Amino acid sequence: MAVIPIKPAPAKSATPTKKRNFRQSNLIGYIFIGPWLLAFFAFTLMPMLASLYFSFTDYSSLDSLDKARWIGFQNFERMFTTDTKYIKAVGATFYYVIFAIPLRLIFALGLAMLLNTGRSGMGLYRAAFYAPSIVGGSIAVAVMWRQVFGTEGLFNGFLAFLGVPARTWLGNPDTAIWTLIVLAVWQFGSPMLIFLAGLKQIPAEFYEAASIDGASGLRKFISITLPLLSPVIFFNLIMQMISGLMVFTQAFIITGGAPLDTTLFYALYIYRRAFENFQMGYASAMAWVLLLIIAFFAAIVFRSSSQWVYYETKEEG
Amino acid sequence: MKAQISSFILHPLFFTPKIMSLSFDLSVPKQKRELIKSFFYHLFVGGFCLLMVYPLLWLFSSSLKPTDEIWRTVMQLIPSSITFDNYVNGWAGFGNISFTTFYQNSLIYTVLATLITVFFSGMVAYGFSRVNFIGRKFWFACMITTLMLPVQVVIIPQYIMFSNLKWLNTLYPLLLPRFGGQAFFIFMIMQFVRGIPKELDEAAEIDGCGKVGIFFRIILPLIQPALVTCAIFSFYWTWEDFLTPLIYLNSPKLYTISLALRSFADPSANTDWGAIFAMSALSLMPVFIIFIFFQRYLVQGISTTGLKG
Repeated sequence: MAVIPIKPAPAKSATPTKKRNFRQSNLIGYIFIGPWLLAFFAFTLMPMLASLYFSFTDYSSLDSLDKARWIGFQNFERMFTTDTKYIKAVGATFYYVIFAIPLRLIFALGLAMLLNTGRSGMGLYRAAFYAPSIVGGSIAVAVMWRQVFGTEGLFNGFLAFLGVPARTWLGNPDTAIWTLIVLAVWQFGSPMLIFLAGLKQIPAEFYEAASIDGASGLRKFISITLPLLSPVIFFNLIMQMISGLMVFTQAFIITGGAPLDTTLFYALYIYRRAFENFQMGYASAMAWVLLLIIAFFAAIVFRSSSQWVYYETKEEG
Repeated sequence: MKAQISSFILHPLFFTPKIMSLSFDLSVPKQKRELIKSFFYHLFVGGFCLLMVYPLLWLFSSSLKPTDEIWRTVMQLIPSSITFDNYVNGWAGFGNISFTTFYQNSLIYTVLATLITVFFSGMVAYGFSRVNFIGRKFWFACMITTLMLPVQVVIIPQYIMFSNLKWLNTLYPLLLPRFGGQAFFIFMIMQFVRGIPKELDEAAEIDGCGKVGIFFRIILPLIQPALVTCAIFSFYWTWEDFLTPLIYLNSPKLYTISLALRSFADPSANTDWGAIFAMSALSLMPVFIIFIFFQRYLVQGISTTGLKG
């Protein structure tokens, strides 16, 4: 399990000094990672185990800890059988992730390719496209978004300008979730920067050679750009999907889960159960199912990656 | 190179109608053709840019409009008359607590959290990348895994723990976890440390410098760009942090900007939209100012790690 470091000083030259150096190096290593290790145990590992225990109890934070009663798998049963809200929350979250994340990455890649043409003004464009990403998670933008899609808001104003009649966006069960998806896609700036860095590393000769062979733009995109960028796309897809499954703030502020629970995202529902209904046991069970869902997706993406992610053979020694 | 450019722009996948490429008469001189292409490029990309930043511009412009004008002239970006009344009204806050308090709270939280996070992330990153010790790879794998861990799994027991310690409405629950650094930053700094030649460490070691000395005298000064990048991200994420303060800070006197804005913009309690827009816009100011001055670091940070949540 614990991997032996590169210089374990085996029998060959186990001089006393080397042994001492090695022991000392162990000590120093643990001193340096000590802060992280302590925090990891105190704020990640132990809470995780506690959460796992709570998920099998009916613990409510209104009572004292010792009143928590072991109820076996009842929390999990309740989730998948009687709690219709839970099923809705899962559905809404998946709907959101399935649309928001691929759309965001497509925008990011498209814009990255447009900006990677060496024309002037690239710095300015890059900054402007990135700006929504840095403020996107803030309450200010969430408050603004609620007004953008309000009945009298900017979007309806824009539609009126085009001659389209105004509609309710946030109050309509069909469209409310799309205001959140649009908000997520709007923040395509950081994957765009990552793709831009990736595109810069593709040698121009590849494209030149392809042009000489008469390859079309689409051909070059499919045969050169996509494969060489696939590791980057792959990592972004995983990380963004995971953060998409955990989205909370925007739904909390903009729609509050309404209308008809169509935007009741998983994290929002956990928050409601834990901090508004004080059902810590039930909320912990939901959190652990979320963890399993994330682990499952991460595993699928990692497993399948060898099929579609192209890694250039490393030339380093 | 040129061929590559045009194929990117003219391809239908990239939102430009294919007709454009057909409309260029080949008899037009090459330079002129380039100019026309360039014009359409900037028209399209620039237009799209404007569309993307438009909501933000709208927010700022609305905050400067007289209150009765905000909804009447939704599409008008330039106010008929500029007024700062909204900022004055908004700053008064709610429940006899002004935004001065909220800004103070946010600044204290953000600055302390950032300093702690960045220093300890640097320290841990050095340990992982330059010191050999048993279990290094195992702990590193653990750290990377926490990047994918949903915060909901740990936040409930954390809350129970901190509330049993009677630490609700204090800064401890917000700051203590920061002493371990942050996995994303540790990873980013490690990438940076890899670029520093090991010979430097070895030379210092020969001169009698211990690992601790190497960290403080050699690595720490050299990783400053990475630390700045981490500091900026940490500042942003803490400034915009909502869930942690929401759970641990219940007293309005302790509210951060995020919490205050949420209460202030509650549609059932406040309908002074001018003031709401003004305070929202103001809360984004530090973010934009830092963005303008440190953009280079941000771009580098994102590009070198290749991932960001």
